[in-house]
Amino acid sequence: MRNITAQAASAASRPAGSDVAVEVRGVCKMYNEVEALRGIDLDFPSGKLTTLLGPSGCGKTTLLKIIAGLIPATSGEIRVNGKTVTGPGPERAFVFQDFALMPWATVMRNVAFGLELKGMGKDERQAIAAKYIAEVGLAGFENKYPHELSGGMRQRVGLARAFAVNADVLLLDEPFSAVDEQNRRKFQEDLLELVEKEKKTFIFVTHSIEEAVYCSDRIVILSRRPGRIAQIIEPEIDRSATPDAIRRDQGYLDTVEEIWQGLKRYVD
Amino acid sequence: MTYPVQANGSSRAVPPSEASFFWRKLSEHRTALWRLASVGLFFLIWEIAGRIPISFAFPTFLETLNAFVTMTLDGSFVAAYAETLQPLVIGIAVSAVIGIALGIVMGLSRFAEWLVAPVFIVLQAAPMAALIPLITFVYGIGLVSKTLAVIMLALPVIVLNGYKAVRNANPSLVAMCYSFQGNLWQRITKIIIPDASPVIFAGLRLGLAAGFIGVILAELLITPTGIGDLITYHRSVANYAEMYAAVVSIILVSTLTLAALEAFELRVLRPEKKRS
Repeated sequence: MRNITAQAASAASRPAGSDVAVEVRGVCKMYNEVEALRGIDLDFPSGKLTTLLGPSGCGKTTLLKIIAGLIPATSGEIRVNGKTVTGPGPERAFVFQDFALMPWATVMRNVAFGLELKGMGKDERQAIAAKYIAEVGLAGFENKYPHELSGGMRQRVGLARAFAVNADVLLLDEPFSAVDEQNRRKFQEDLLELVEKEKKTFIFVTHSIEEAVYCSDRIVILSRRPGRIAQIIEPEIDRSATPDAIRRDQGYLDTVEEIWQGLKRYVD
Repeated sequence: MTYPVQANGSSRAVPPSEASFFWRKLSEHRTALWRLASVGLFFLIWEIAGRIPISFAFPTFLETLNAFVTMTLDGSFVAAYAETLQPLVIGIAVSAVIGIALGIVMGLSRFAEWLVAPVFIVLQAAPMAALIPLITFVYGIGLVSKTLAVIMLALPVIVLNGYKAVRNANPSLVAMCYSFQGNLWQRITKIIIPDASPVIFAGLRLGLAAGFIGVILAELLITPTGIGDLITYHRSVANYAEMYAAVVSIILVSTLTLAALEAFELRVLRPEKKRS
């Protein structure tokens, strides 16, 4: 485990030898009179999974949506692969907390929807969608409607849709919060496999410490409103071990404990 | 990736077994039987009430049925509906196109809402029957007046439903479309309209029902033509069975039309509801 303090963050947050996919520079966000985010400076290394963790109302989802271009920052800027963000772009794909699946469309159409919006032909986009449906483990469910699937399966559809547009950066907004505990664990394990396989940059928002430590290469902890960077932690867990071994690993448990000690003061 | 989701998912999501299929079939059947029984009971009570009789102007069910069959066979219904349906079809078509378009525009733009919504809220509240003499005064007693009567009754409810449906379109789906770089047109046609379609169609059904009221009111108040003429004429010569048959026929036609509209909606816009 490597602990990078907030003061040293900007100097140390550029890990040697790895590219930066997303740069956040001086981002502030005001909702009318309420200050949600204050002076966020952050680099997201490319090909890694970075988690934004913090107490509820710390602005972690707000930061993710600013990176996605879904809401504008009050000041500061976001650069993705060196280009300043002004709105949603093809190099980023978003996975929604409430899945955001079209209830009137089949799994196939939902997964292919990003490509449909780009104007890709039906056969071509369905071939791509079929590949990702299989990759997230939903082969055979192509013609089901969302209401016929469980919560975990619905979020797999959301994930496949984000993969299908072949973005470099995947933004996941509490993707497992509406998924039950057992499905969530399985889903986390599968997500790690996909991170390994797809070589994309993942930015992941969660309020679960265990989930953050289990899944992340790097964890950014935000303080309570106004959200600022409190701590950056790199768990450095050996991912070659089996999921069960990781969950029992001393380093994993210590990291969870340390983060909890740091966050405890924000909890009422 | 390969793993057990399929295995534990399949018991829930794959077509159910033979036995549960049979039960579902039976319960579907049972619903239909109950409906039939309810209609049958209504006719029975009608027949008894007609035989007491509760009024000399109240025919029995069998007399009405007899008149209904006769009028169907001698072509008087065909001739009457050929006239009645003209203003109805034109009026509903105009209301649907204008109403849905206006509703969508109002749902998307605060300015259009501010400009147009109050008019329709007032129109919806106004007692339309009182306005029909005014239409006659301006447009005479022809097809235009009757079509206008239909539009005045049907349009407000279609507009207001469309507007509320679009305004309440699922914001998460709209954000999803935006995040995948859908343009405004795609957002409207691929997300907002399908998402709003159940409420828009509820508005269309209410509008159609109101349109039937409008056309009958017009035929009774402006000039007796079509089915309104049948009702008026048979009442004036005290053929009560025929009069009731005409009334029943319009109820039947409007019910069937509404059911057809609902079936169309399920088939075309919301295929997932057929399976649930």
